[in-house]
Amino acid sequence: MRVNFTVNGRPQEADDVWEGESLLYVLRERLGLPGSKNACEQGECGSCTVRLDGVPVCACLVAAGQVEGREVVTVEGLAEYAKQRAEGGCGTGACGTTLQDARQWRATGTDSQAGQGTELSPIQQAFIDAGAVQCGFCTPGLLVAADEMLERHPNPSDADIREALSGNLCRCTGYEKIMDAVRLAAARQGEAV
Amino acid sequence: MDFLRPASWEEALAAKAEHPTAVPIAGGTDVMVEINFDHRRPEYLLDLTRVGDLYEWEAGEDSVRLGASVPYTKIMENLRTELPGLALASHTVASPQIRNRGGVGGNLGTASPAGDAHPALLAAGAEVEAESVRGTRLIPIDAFYTGVKRNALAADELIRAVHIKKADGPQQFSKVGTRNAMVIAVCAFGIALHPETRTVRTGIGSAAPTPVRAKAAEEFLNAALDEGGFWDNGKIITPSVAKQFADLCAGACNPIDDVRGTASYRRHAVGVMARRTLTWTWESYRGARRHTEGAA
Repeated sequence: MRVNFTVNGRPQEADDVWEGESLLYVLRERLGLPGSKNACEQGECGSCTVRLDGVPVCACLVAAGQVEGREVVTVEGLAEYAKQRAEGGCGTGACGTTLQDARQWRATGTDSQAGQGTELSPIQQAFIDAGAVQCGFCTPGLLVAADEMLERHPNPSDADIREALSGNLCRCTGYEKIMDAVRLAAARQGEAV
Repeated sequence: MDFLRPASWEEALAAKAEHPTAVPIAGGTDVMVEINFDHRRPEYLLDLTRVGDLYEWEAGEDSVRLGASVPYTKIMENLRTELPGLALASHTVASPQIRNRGGVGGNLGTASPAGDAHPALLAAGAEVEAESVRGTRLIPIDAFYTGVKRNALAADELIRAVHIKKADGPQQFSKVGTRNAMVIAVCAFGIALHPETRTVRTGIGSAAPTPVRAKAAEEFLNAALDEGGFWDNGKIITPSVAKQFADLCAGACNPIDDVRGTASYRRHAVGVMARRTLTWTWESYRGARRHTEGAA
């Protein structure tokens, strides 16, 4: 079957989708967006977390056909999504991230090693600055979940952070640095206001 | 596999009547796991996410009509006063990602003995609104669970909503697992005090082939509370009464040994949870009573 939906603000179309396929498979294998990670395939690990109509969900548990006409934001579109949010919406009418850009999206932060390039979202920059990325496999899911939490709770307590990230596993067990990163992003968000 | 995408409830019923083997999918938190792992290859998937009514709830005089697909997140956010037991249970479901998708209709459809909503529904008192092209019926929650992952639904029926009695007293929910999030219950216990009828109801999860009430324990406690005039005098529950209640709750279990825990551990833990949740709810009842008397 064919599935039409919005990915990172742009309309997309996936063809030859099998009816039992997950949104995660469509994103990775049909649209070439491997940012959302495939690990447990049962909603335990959170590494495939994306936003579906604004709400964080495990992409592995959403049937492809269920996203027809819906809006999905993946980690590849997170920087642009956060930018638009900060600017209070899309001013130019040409926002979002194209499939081409999303496929080539690279984390090029503002530190000297990564060099200058695509701007990161505040949560992505905070993860780099706090050293919250180890093997990196859980990072995309954590970024999407943490970013959404900061949208709802600009001033989160540690308990808020832990609760929001309770569905994301880090097998490197880098949780303390991840907590640091979210606290840092929240603090920077507070300063900016 | 065919993907059926009804745009309305009537279309969904018609599709289920035409294809009784169709597997309904809403949040997908059970169905997609089975498909991902190749444990299930349904001929038809019946997507219910376009049926808007299933995401609505309505608080009536005595009960809340909860749409089958209302996600646990919404229950926690909006129904804490009317359905405190279910709201507490909802909060223990998996993770935010899962609670954003899953709802009580799916829990009932799967009818796993470990489903978190069941003890709360049993304790509060509920009826499942099942519908087919043949008509609507309300299935009492006590008659709904018929076996391990089996329920009273006919092949052409879909769950439209659950009618849950609004709390008329304190309710509690307790669950045993290895961590707070992402836990399938080793065992779980729900309790609801009903001061209006002077009864206490219970629900046990993950400790029998189906979710069950501890009926002997309820009868014992109702009689003991009545005899001692506890509902009126608001005294603390005698430790011996609490212990007997806990023992009877443990006795209502018929658990198995599995990877999550042994049968004897489950029995023991249900007893402990029964005693604790009884104490918590009763203390809260006494507190509320003092408060109303003080105000009067």
